[in-house]
Amino acid sequence: MTEVAERTIPVQERPAGRPLLRPGNTNCGGCGMSIALQMFGRELAGQPVQLVIPACCGAVAAGSYPFTAFGVPVVLSTFASPAAVATGLARVAALNEEPIRVVCWAGDGGTYDIGMGTLSAAAERNEDVLYICYDNEIYGNTGGQRSSATPLGAATTSTPVGKPEVKKDILAVMAAHRIPYAASVSLAHPEDAGRKFRQALAARGFRFLHILSPCPTGWKSEPAHGIQLIRLAVQSGLYPVLEIRDGRQVTINVEPDFSDLALAEYLAMQGRFRKSGVTAMVLRDAIRQHWEHLRRQA
Amino acid sequence: MRNELISANHAAAMAAILAARANRSGRGFCAGVYPITPSTECMELLCSRQIEKGQVVRVEGEHSAMAVCIGSVAAGARSFTATSSNGLAYMAENVVTAALLRLPMVMMVANRTLGPPWNIWADHGDSLLLRDSGWLQFYCADNQEVLDTILFAYRLGEDPRVMLPVMVCQDGFVLSHTMAQTLVPEQELVDRFLPPLEVPHRLNEQPHALGSVVLPQQTEVLRRQHHEAMNTALAIYPQLQREFAAVFGRPIADPLVGYRYEDAELLILSMGTLASTVERAVDRLRERGVKAGGLRVRLFRPFPARQLRELLGRPARVAVLDRDISPGFGGVLWGECRSCVSGDVLMQNYMLGLGGGDVRPEHVEQLVDDLLGRETAGEPMVMEVGA
Repeated sequence: MTEVAERTIPVQERPAGRPLLRPGNTNCGGCGMSIALQMFGRELAGQPVQLVIPACCGAVAAGSYPFTAFGVPVVLSTFASPAAVATGLARVAALNEEPIRVVCWAGDGGTYDIGMGTLSAAAERNEDVLYICYDNEIYGNTGGQRSSATPLGAATTSTPVGKPEVKKDILAVMAAHRIPYAASVSLAHPEDAGRKFRQALAARGFRFLHILSPCPTGWKSEPAHGIQLIRLAVQSGLYPVLEIRDGRQVTINVEPDFSDLALAEYLAMQGRFRKSGVTAMVLRDAIRQHWEHLRRQA
Repeated sequence: MRNELISANHAAAMAAILAARANRSGRGFCAGVYPITPSTECMELLCSRQIEKGQVVRVEGEHSAMAVCIGSVAAGARSFTATSSNGLAYMAENVVTAALLRLPMVMMVANRTLGPPWNIWADHGDSLLLRDSGWLQFYCADNQEVLDTILFAYRLGEDPRVMLPVMVCQDGFVLSHTMAQTLVPEQELVDRFLPPLEVPHRLNEQPHALGSVVLPQQTEVLRRQHHEAMNTALAIYPQLQREFAAVFGRPIADPLVGYRYEDAELLILSMGTLASTVERAVDRLRERGVKAGGLRVRLFRPFPARQLRELLGRPARVAVLDRDISPGFGGVLWGECRSCVSGDVLMQNYMLGLGGGDVRPEHVEQLVDDLLGRETAGEPMVMEVGA
């Protein structure tokens, strides 16, 4: 497993700005979304930003009015609307020549399912919006139902014996829109993640970041194991870490070792795969095929 | 002031463009639009014009059209959209959101029957579906009124004491596609009437969550404030009417518009263009010696209940004409008016012109004959008037 070498300013030397996620937020222990928000907040480094958050765990993370755990202005949008609300914000910022970066922060349900039409349309119009999907592979905020991001075999409250369908390839869907920048982000690879956050913030037009986000409640995993789980998902090739420019130029950022051991460990550390009996053996071919496809593009 | 021969759809678009340009010294204008018959040509005109410090976003559906408007007003810009029928129904979730977030904007609704089965003609069932959405609702009777009401609606909804979105409704095809001479004001006059929009709770750079979770007691406070803001809109209406007249040199109609009603013993209540038909029928009834009068509810939300109650105290008989139906109940307007009736008024409900049924003065005379023959009010009636 080798990370692409990159020269970056060490974290402690970057201007901190104000925190994006402040103390007092209501997120669960071990929430991958919290980690992602902290990493993203660090890369913001004080830039003016406006967030749009649809119905998802991110919407309740703010806490209840009149308090807000977000250190920046936020609009909580309806479930299906974040990319369109962000369009309105971004257009008005442009009309007023303001340097504000408009960012959607949405879960997988709002992105892969109910908000897909809105997301696709905003990408097609190439709105100046950064759309970040934290993907915990489940409708976490409603208590853990399947979404089209839920992987094969994962038990949820609406697929109690395991989901029979495979996960939607969101990055391919977004790349098909030929947007300037799309990337998957590994929370276990902070330098690569930081570079992508910065790149996505600096770029213009529609940008999409996908973050695999551990959810101890939904994954039936230990809160302390989140980053280790992501590392195993990347190592085994289950979660490819890559970036796609203009929908065509694919760059693989982290080379997996396709270890069955890592994959087996990933599955074993979570309770959600137990009932369906999905094993490393079952997933191996699909992973291999997906990587052959990726390598042809890269 | 130019006198132009335009449809009400174009009158609405021209008013929106004038209001948009009037905010060029503020934070500008941004609107989301999506086509649907019969409101389509309003958005077409909007898309064909360059708007100084303004943009129109051609989105993928009405739900997003309203979401773009929400985003743009949340960023402090003026906003507008237009829709009809199922488009409005599809948009409903965000229509409610705009009101609950107290984001002032204007939406033109070219009223059209909800489907299926598909029917493109006028009735008020689409906008009345959103009766309780927290938007102000106007129902217009002619093209000039559509243009004037949109300008007025911006001023009313954007008033810091109100801060609410406004729906300006007009009957699909009957008005939307009918050309009529319409006075279009100069930009300079509109600039005088519409000051730059200030949204006090707009997103700036300060941490601030618009629409975050609230607890029951906070929700109660917000709902009360919303209700009070609606009533404030009614209270400041006369003051804004005077300002409108001072700037544009012509009056803008009251929330309730009467026709030969002062001495009427029989009053016919309606909304939208039905009221014009009622006026012709009143003239014919008066020739026959029936002391009839017309009363048009122009402002449906906030409902001018007090004024209506005063007017409904006098005539012995009242017909309420609904171009809508709440199945299993009766007409929606009738339901509202019935709550204002006191004493021994005989109020009968007639639902007619549903799905664009062509209501003519003789239909109104027929129902008045029915009303005159009654000792007591009966169940709400659906009148089939046909094409």
